Amino acid sequence: MSDITVKIKDREGVLHEISAPTDMSMNLMEVIRAYELAEEGTIGVCGGMAMCASCQVYVVSGAENLTEMGDEEDAMLGEAFHTRDNSRLGCQIHITEDIEGLEVEIAPYP
Amino acid sequence: MIITDLLIIGAGPTGLFTVFEAGLLKIKCHIIDALPQPGGQLAELYPKKPIFDIPGYPAINAGELVDNLMDQIKQFQPGFTLSETAVSLRKIDDDWFEVITNKGTVHRARAVAIAGGLGTFEPRKPDHLENLSQFEENGVEYFVKDPEHFRDKKVVIAGGGDSALDWSIFLSNVASEVTLIHRRNEFRGALDSVEKVQALKDQGKINLMTPAEVRELKGTNHLEEITIEVNGETQSLATDFFIPLFGLTPKLGELANWGLEIEKNAIKVNNALDYQTNIEGVYAIGDINTYPGKLKLILCGFHEATLMCQSVYSRMNLGKKYVLKYTTVSGVDGFDGSRKEAEKAVVKKID
Repeated sequence: MSDITVKIKDREGVLHEISAPTDMSMNLMEVIRAYELAEEGTIGVCGGMAMCASCQVYVVSGAENLTEMGDEEDAMLGEAFHTRDNSRLGCQIHITEDIEGLEVEIAPYP
Repeated sequence: MIITDLLIIGAGPTGLFTVFEAGLLKIKCHIIDALPQPGGQLAELYPKKPIFDIPGYPAINAGELVDNLMDQIKQFQPGFTLSETAVSLRKIDDDWFEVITNKGTVHRARAVAIAGGLGTFEPRKPDHLENLSQFEENGVEYFVKDPEHFRDKKVVIAGGGDSALDWSIFLSNVASEVTLIHRRNEFRGALDSVEKVQALKDQGKINLMTPAEVRELKGTNHLEEITIEVNGETQSLATDFFIPLFGLTPKLGELANWGLEIEKNAIKVNNALDYQTNIEGVYAIGDINTYPGKLKLILCGFHEATLMCQSVYSRMNLGKKYVLKYTTVSGVDGFDGSRKEAEKAVVKKID
């Protein structure tokens, strides 16, 4: 197990290249929180249950390596605002070696 | 005016459990919450989901935990101001605080516990609709407060979750016409609700439009018509009301302006002692507070509530020293005259 590199553009448009551990059972929302790339209280509001869309991201590259969207994530995005074709919920993207090099942009809140 | 000892803002698990710990110290409580039911996030966001880290419960559904807490605090007769948001906090004198809600309800208490969780749940508004604010209260509603308001009117509901389904079902018997609009063909709700909507659609009682989105609101003073894009085609629909039900989102809201020290959307407290804020007599407990090492867990909220109550007791009973008592030993004396106590052991000789 090792760390992977992920590129995340924050809501102010600043691109961060960060390393995320693959052995801590983390998801992308938690990584964004851990690095404080979005203001506390505006990300992962529901705690990661795919119930609030505050961790919505646009996948810029590496979408092909992500696991397919589950029903709950799909339904939540069906109700969320600011969605695009490449929208995903950060809390449903698990940090594994397969997603090395993923690049995302954090969507506006709420 | 509502007068109490300890005013609790927020009816989530931490706020509810506070009533119990306060009750043991003979402190009376009253709770304010913006939602119509107690339970906070647990009731609003995930009532049917299990929680695995409540001590003593290998697994308990969030809704069940709320029911249990309500049962546990019953004998301490807490008052509730529900569906109202606390908007102002004022210190009246050395002893009393005053909290007023958005509906003007005045509360006075000797201490205030802010157990507001993530903040006040506010409806997520479809802000992309240009003249949305113009029609708010003039045809655009975010809650169904009084169903009679919609009697024999034309209603359009938008959303894909339980509340959109449930209100469509309910209003189909009240309104003259109910149209349910959703961006997807799939709805996320209880199976029973989805099936009911299907049946009502087949009977022609609900006009279902999917995949569709509302694009424009029209009307002179009151809403008269909306433009909808259905399957890529634009069409108009005459309506009296538009009810967007896109869920709720928590906001810190007015309490951010109460002079409390705020850091990262949370209230800073003294965790070395009693979770008091920078305003003496005002405490913050549960998810809404922050201190070094803070964890937003229900069980931590329970602990914080317990320590805080000791501080409130000292504040209300200057100079009196409280001696810790165990409920197993002392029992629980309710304000309603009830008493719970451990059964006495039988002391009897065996021949």
